[in-house]
Amino acid sequence: MDSGFDFDVIQRSLPYLFKEGMTFTVTLTLLAMTGGIVFGTLLAMMRLSSFRPVSVLAGGYVNLMRSIPLVLVIFWFFFLVPYIGAWILREPNPVRVGTFWSALITFTMFEAAYYCEIMRAGIQSIPRGQVWSGYALGLNYWQTMAQIVLPQAFRNMLPVLLTQTIILFQDTSLVYVISATDFLGAASKIANRDYRLVEMYTFVAVVYFVVSYGLSVLVKHLQERVAIIK
Amino acid sequence: MNYNWHWKVLLETEPGGTGTYLNYLIVGLGWTLATALAAWVIALAIGALVGTLRTTPMKWAVRAGDLYVEIFRNVPLIVQMFLWFFVMPELLPQALGDWIKQMPPPWGSYVPAVLCLGIFTSVRVAEQVKAGIQSLPRGQRTAGTAMGLTQAQTYRYVILPQSFRIILPPLTSEFMNVIKNSSVALTIGLLELTGRARAMQEFSFRVFEAFATATVIYLLTNLVVVLLMRALEEKVRVPGLIAAGGAPQAGH
Repeated sequence: MDSGFDFDVIQRSLPYLFKEGMTFTVTLTLLAMTGGIVFGTLLAMMRLSSFRPVSVLAGGYVNLMRSIPLVLVIFWFFFLVPYIGAWILREPNPVRVGTFWSALITFTMFEAAYYCEIMRAGIQSIPRGQVWSGYALGLNYWQTMAQIVLPQAFRNMLPVLLTQTIILFQDTSLVYVISATDFLGAASKIANRDYRLVEMYTFVAVVYFVVSYGLSVLVKHLQERVAIIK
Repeated sequence: MNYNWHWKVLLETEPGGTGTYLNYLIVGLGWTLATALAAWVIALAIGALVGTLRTTPMKWAVRAGDLYVEIFRNVPLIVQMFLWFFVMPELLPQALGDWIKQMPPPWGSYVPAVLCLGIFTSVRVAEQVKAGIQSLPRGQRTAGTAMGLTQAQTYRYVILPQSFRIILPPLTSEFMNVIKNSSVALTIGLLELTGRARAMQEFSFRVFEAFATATVIYLLTNLVVVLLMRALEEKVRVPGLIAAGGAPQAGH
């Protein structure tokens, strides 16, 4: 180290780190969480379907996603999304997709596999009688799911879903590998420009710790409040 | 989709001249496994210790264990990699730091990657160990005491042998996580499987051939690990228990 710990570089770069970097990270986390839970719940319903081809297809997708590293998945989508875009828009050449959209698609598709397993456990934790009583009342499959099973499954699984979201928040830092300017990416750019790696990476670690730990404490309190007394 | 597949690229020589691209990727798998296995040894050792300490009546040990777990669980893996690789050598005494920085490749990346992954995973192992111990009926512990065993003996002969068998399935998935997480080491320059797939894509411009091959190699590796662990689970199963396993958990 040339001199002592340089707090000044952190202070100077705060607006950039948070306005640019943290905004990217938080937006990505929230959107991927929403997309992941919606898609993951659909996948869970597919996995539990009694129609074999549907459950096999969903199961295969989930197992594939859970078997390969997130970094590899990020690379896959980073290169694949432009081709899919070209295919959908019927363009002859791969379309340009920014790192944000690429990352959003990646994390939605990837986290859906993990949310799926949580929701599957949630749905399976509901007594079968609940479904039967739904049908007995004349509700169809979608109505039974939407009005009886899923609300209870969500409530049972809320703490785990939120814990998974904290992991998602941490995992979004891996968009570093496609040079996105998330919180870590922004810090890394400053660190390399000013050659202040110790200061910047320590600061990043502290911020991630404070946010993740704070959220996990909140989840713990929530868990006690929403638990259904059986 | 307009993509011209060219699978023969796998048999072409990679620019480093060490052999074909396929060989290049398989050496990458070797580095992935070497990193994962070494990290797994650290993770099991520390994880078992910390997890066990957190179930003892010693208040200070529980607190220290909790602190350790919270610190390493709430910082993203890639940030921890950077801390081990960029920050740690600067904080050590100058001579030691310089020696670490001058380690020849790939050891300069391999050693921090193993330490980082090992400690990152030890936290998750500690959580499983703690959950495994707490899942045992309270009577097991009191029975040990009633038989005149000391606390250490109760752990050694009654609690740990049962809980380790119970947590084998979650430990299997943690082991697969180490294999997957070792790919993050590419960010500090370790050319493991994913890193080599990325490098192959840059050298040969064959994007999807490179990533598809790496994907298949990861899938096969997972299959082998699952089969091996299933055989192990069968062998050490506690007679009379229906099945091991736990509540659904968040993970990655």
